[in-house]
Amino acid sequence: MIQTLFGSLDQPEKRSVFDRMRDAVARTRESLSDKIEGVVALTREVDEAAFEELEGVLLASDLGMSTTGAVLGALRERSRRQAICNGAELKTLLRAELLAILQARDSLPKRVIKPPEVIFLVGVNGTGKTTTSGKLAAWYRKQGRTVLLCAADTFRAAAIEQLAVWAQRAGVEMIKTRQGGDPSAVLFDAVQAANARRTDLLLVDTAGRLHTKTGLMAELDKMRRTAQRIIWDAPHEVLLVLDATTGQNGLQQARLFTESAGVTGIVLTKLDGTAKGGIVVAIAQELKLPVRFVGVGEKMDDLLAFESEAFVDSLLGTA
Amino acid sequence: MFENLQDKLQRAFKNLRGQGTVTEANIHDALREIRLALLEADVNLLVVKELIEHIRAKALGQEVMTSLSPTEQVIKIVRDELVALLGKDTARFQFASRPPTVILMAGLQGSGKTTTSGKLAAWLQKGGHRPMLVSVDVYRPAARQQLKIVAQSIKANLYEGDERGEPAGPALVERLAKEARREAVNSGCDTLIVDTAGRLGIDTELMDEMAMLKALLGPQEILFVADAMTGQDAVRSAEAFHKRLALTGTVLSKMDGDARGGAALSIRHVTGQPVKFIGTGEKPDAFEPFHPDRIVSRLLGMGDMMTLIERAESTLDRKQSEAFAKKALSGDGFSLEDFRDQLRQIRKLGSLQSIMKMLPSVGPFQGIQQMADQVDEKQFVRVEAIINSMTKKERNNHEILSGSRRKRIADGSGTTVQEVNQLLKQYAQMRRMFKDMGKGGGAMQRRAMSMLGGMKGMGR
Ligand SMILES: Nc1nc2c(ncn2[C@@H]2O[C@H](COP(=O)(O)OP(=O)(O)OP(=O)(O)O)[C@@H](O)[C@H]2O)c(=O)[nH]1
Ligand SMILES: Nc1nc2c(ncn2[C@@H]2O[C@H](COP(=O)(O)OP(=O)(O)O)[C@@H](O)[C@H]2O)c(=O)[nH]1
Ligand SMILES: [Mg+2]
Ligand SMILES: [Mg+2]
Repeated sequence: MIQTLFGSLDQPEKRSVFDRMRDAVARTRESLSDKIEGVVALTREVDEAAFEELEGVLLASDLGMSTTGAVLGALRERSRRQAICNGAELKTLLRAELLAILQARDSLPKRVIKPPEVIFLVGVNGTGKTTTSGKLAAWYRKQGRTVLLCAADTFRAAAIEQLAVWAQRAGVEMIKTRQGGDPSAVLFDAVQAANARRTDLLLVDTAGRLHTKTGLMAELDKMRRTAQRIIWDAPHEVLLVLDATTGQNGLQQARLFTESAGVTGIVLTKLDGTAKGGIVVAIAQELKLPVRFVGVGEKMDDLLAFESEAFVDSLLGTA
Repeated sequence: MFENLQDKLQRAFKNLRGQGTVTEANIHDALREIRLALLEADVNLLVVKELIEHIRAKALGQEVMTSLSPTEQVIKIVRDELVALLGKDTARFQFASRPPTVILMAGLQGSGKTTTSGKLAAWLQKGGHRPMLVSVDVYRPAARQQLKIVAQSIKANLYEGDERGEPAGPALVERLAKEARREAVNSGCDTLIVDTAGRLGIDTELMDEMAMLKALLGPQEILFVADAMTGQDAVRSAEAFHKRLALTGTVLSKMDGDARGGAALSIRHVTGQPVKFIGTGEKPDAFEPFHPDRIVSRLLGMGDMMTLIERAESTLDRKQSEAFAKKALSGDGFSLEDFRDQLRQIRKLGSLQSIMKMLPSVGPFQGIQQMADQVDEKQFVRVEAIINSMTKKERNNHEILSGSRRKRIADGSGTTVQEVNQLLKQYAQMRRMFKDMGKGGGAMQRRAMSMLGGMKGMGR
């Protein structure tokens, strides 16, 4: 059973998920749709002014100039060919355009992985790596898989204690070292433990780091190599945890973390706020990185599988 | 990576030559470039719109001066406009007439409140104050423990308090805050810094809690801690906090990255309150007063020389630097030993990357900024290891470094002969470069470039 942004109909108790998402969307004061309706009302005919207005709308959601330009370019092209005559049609086209970008990598076949499957959580400071590690531990345990947490943030004050609380909440064990210890060393221990115990999944919480700090980025590379000493194809997944409030810098984060840490997917956190997280469209456009999960709060079950349709609908306010 | 606004404007103004005034037609492209640059820097769309109108009005009909190129002229207008928006005199702090002065930290989750609380305490200590820290973040796991460790690392007073098994909620928060203020008075602390839990502006319950804290403590300062990487949403969150709490200023954290920091403009615009400090790293001393003119340069991709100079002045040993300069510029040139001393000094300034980022991307340092991301900091450690493996005699007489000596040095420093050779080559180049400078030679810029380029190539 896969939980989606809207829950699944055969699981009535999951309705709360839908409600939460809808709440989150409703709370967003100026949704994209309001602005688009504005455009629509003004222009029976789709003229240049409408496109300029749309540009503003996309920019306000943090899509960034170049992605916005590309999306609008494609939209212009299609509206010319299909003789669009009203805003509603334009909106449908825009939705399709955004979906195409986000889904470019959605349907990758799942690799068969011999346990333990190793997942790294990486990202700049304060985006939600530790919280997401805890949420994911609970998430996979609910699926009946065995999970081990690795506290590889040995730098930030009380980071280990923070993850320990999550380990307890999720009911999983955690491998740790002292603060100031070597993250690769604790990772080595954790991979070995997971291997010995035949744990299905090892979730590795790493220290926040700015992508511009080469030394710290090299540390991630070292961690990869450390994991590979025991499991040759580890890490099987590297999740870049991205804060939905992030602006254009998010693209550079995605580029550089992909370069040094081999990012395979994105977790978009704090979507319960007013920020739209439109930068993931820019990232998907350039790097074809899929969004895997979204964070919608600080509690353990405030994690949803990413659903591009629902995301775009919430972006456009059509949910 | 980013093309400089100046370069872009230069392109936009190519057709302007020979015309007397800046007109609507020829400024159109330039304004578009400015708009783009501001949006790329994450300045809020509506703020950009307003700014562009101001800039247009000022630029239109201006005489094209002979002393300034049209590009320079427009950039000056943009700069002035941005500095005007950001305001002057920003790092002024309000202290209570009757201590303790209370500083309330506010902001979204993960923005940097706890780290900044520690930095602020360290900064106040340096200024002769006696701050006390307290965390009322009873929600996030280990949040109070985090502040405790931070306080210990800077030897600041902390009111730890006891949760006594009380459930997390406003009642516990209120009790801890009250106790902390009493404790601050009793132990003669003149400031109380209250670290709070991160919250969303739309979370009414938690915003009520903030309002309660404000009413209870009557803080002199309510600082909004915002992440420099924040995008368009900055206005919405800042507005929500400001409406409810009447903020007194902003701290922009994580400025050590490569975010342009346009959120500073957005936040200033909606709160009307100045940005007072910036955070430039994870450690307690990575904290600086905010200077509008400098962030404007960065916003537009034009470097931050002032900060660099200021930092150099406060951290470098002036006498030693002057002695080095004298030696380097005159007859004999500097030795490898002098070189090592200088390296150590430079590294005190911060990472080479951060130094390079502060150089303007136009003029003599053109191109260096963009190389910052490729520099391998570890290279410095290796260079130092190589020099450390030399005898004192070798360090002061590089000519005696024969093949066998080089082999020994490579082995001793865990490097290769190739790397030792490369270092010696660069050293020779630099010696020559400085001597040229001493003679007033002009080829310095090219040399500096090739030197840095060499360092980049020297990676593992
Ligand atoms: N509202 C909201 N808050 C979140 C979400 N995910 C995480 N947070 C909060 O964001 C803050 C930072 O989260 P952490 O998990 O500590 O982030 P981190 O990336 O591990 O931080 P560092 O290790 O310090 O770099 C905490 O206060 C979390 O409770 C989310 O989806 N929504
Ligand atoms: N690089 C960098 N990291 C910072 C800065 N300020 C805070 N951080 C990091 O950002 C993360 C969140 O900071 P924290 O103080 O816990 O945020 P809070 O949740 O608002 O209290 C931590 O990993 C800090 O080390 C800064 O100026 N530069
Ligand atoms: Mg963490
Ligand atoms: Mg905190």
